[in-house]
Amino acid sequence: MSLTDLTIVEARAGLRGKKFSAAELTLAHLEAIEALNPRLNAYLTVSHSRALAQAEAADAALARGEAGPLAGIPLGIKDLFCTEGVRTTAGSKILGPFVPPYESTVTANLLRDGAVFLGKTNLDEFAMGSSNMTSAYGPVENPWKRRSDAGAVLVPGGSSGGSAAAVAARIAMGGTGTDTGGSIRQPASFCGIVGVKPTYGRCSRWGVIAFASSLDHPGPFARTVEDSALLLASMAGHDPKDSTSADRPVPDFAAACRRSIKGIRVGIPREYRADGMPAEIESLWQQGVAWLRDAGAEIVDVSLPHTKYGLATYYIIAPAEASSNLARYDGVRFGLREAGDDLRELYERTRAAGFGAEVKRRILIGTYVLSAGYYDAYYLRAQKVRALILRDFSDVFSRVDALLTPTAPSAAFAMGENMDDPVKMYLNDVFTVNADLAGIPGISVPAGLDANGLPLGLQVLGKPFDEGMVFSVAACLERAAHFSALPTLRAGVTP
Amino acid sequence: MSLDPATVRRIASLARIRVTDAEMVTLQAELNGILGWIEQLNEVNVDGVEPLAGAAGMAAKLRADDVTDGGYPERILANAPDRAGAFFAVPKVVE
Repeated sequence: MSLTDLTIVEARAGLRGKKFSAAELTLAHLEAIEALNPRLNAYLTVSHSRALAQAEAADAALARGEAGPLAGIPLGIKDLFCTEGVRTTAGSKILGPFVPPYESTVTANLLRDGAVFLGKTNLDEFAMGSSNMTSAYGPVENPWKRRSDAGAVLVPGGSSGGSAAAVAARIAMGGTGTDTGGSIRQPASFCGIVGVKPTYGRCSRWGVIAFASSLDHPGPFARTVEDSALLLASMAGHDPKDSTSADRPVPDFAAACRRSIKGIRVGIPREYRADGMPAEIESLWQQGVAWLRDAGAEIVDVSLPHTKYGLATYYIIAPAEASSNLARYDGVRFGLREAGDDLRELYERTRAAGFGAEVKRRILIGTYVLSAGYYDAYYLRAQKVRALILRDFSDVFSRVDALLTPTAPSAAFAMGENMDDPVKMYLNDVFTVNADLAGIPGISVPAGLDANGLPLGLQVLGKPFDEGMVFSVAACLERAAHFSALPTLRAGVTP
Repeated sequence: MSLDPATVRRIASLARIRVTDAEMVTLQAELNGILGWIEQLNEVNVDGVEPLAGAAGMAAKLRADDVTDGGYPERILANAPDRAGAFFAVPKVVE
């Protein structure tokens, strides 16, 4: 078995058992990146020498017996996390030249625990998108291929498409993402890997370039549930620099992966069905129900009546927050500047040249729904519907311990599909967005393949700060599903 | 409700984004498409519902009003497109 095929759990054991060094492990990944990234475009920046230096430091720490829990584990970091001294673009031209003078809390936590950063991964511009097609630095190719049409280039999902594709293609052992409407779980489903959106406040947002502050959730990608639990344990924790960071202890998430789900109650929300959803997704969902029942869970039919209003609510609240957060990109303190005769012209030309079409659309929608005369009709109403969506979850979680749903209403689609109408693209997040609005934890686990051989994910949702339960149920699905299919493009396979 | 070209111009001006005439046509159609789709929220009965600003569900924390960071203008200015000494530089604002 090649070093790039190992799970994080296996790599940790191998490093501690001196079967290979962290430098060898990192080099194997860097070589695979060199071979595959020109095609996949999963990384925007590869930190070759920095990664090797971090790996050597990990080897030294391992030799001293002082290694952190992630010592020598090579990761891909979504280019939305500020990394000190390493260019951070948010997938936007407006941040093209930006080199942060500070490290985000989440990435600082991973570095504290010994992780190696291979580079910064591609994403939809400012994390706005569900396909990675809005990146100013070109799209990402999904390493999976349709059986019937191997020539079609599929999207990896988004917005964290680069991290998802990198982990699937084994050019990263794990990765970071952010989930505002589904941007971790949907690409995880499209790429056949695990993606976790923790509870709002579990992972600090400090140093993560802001899109919609009340909805942005940093979280991990990995190829197994336990690997994702190890990453989340490192990323999470209270941060005084983020006023919404939760001051709570971080439980042993990896231990939760080995816990039995016998006797727990799992709700099946009847509203999680979309028009035109392939029958395979419905049947995979039913298969998931059977797996959990076989493991001793009690299955309960539940209703979340406001589910269908989640997306429209999101497309008021997220653009409103984005229009405010993105006001800082004005060409004065950092990033792109387009010259103007006066300050106003400088602002307008800089923002016109620096932002892509989707970002502009959302800033304009946000500006409109917050403007005088429309605030009550749009923004205030959306905040009230958001309260009803949270109430739906709170009611249901008084009776069940977790919910099981499909992650996305389709498998990965091809580049060019769903591009003719913005609303069509938004529908990708129909099953994921409500957990962001409510701030509850969720995970996507690869559970099966469609007729074309493309991966499909199942989603587990849990109570606030009960990621442990989410990991227990997800690990149970993983054991039952035996998902072992591999993407066509991956480390060691010549493209 | 539907946005006319003048309203789209006004929003773009509030957002400080210059929009060309060609972009205007597409933008107007797209924004109206999105706003039309959002109208579905009008069917929800929100009488007596308190608006929810965020999911954190916690009271804002207070901290001591102390200076805990700063004092490194060179790092702050390192990304500046233009500077004058220890200041960000912009086109002349006041004659």
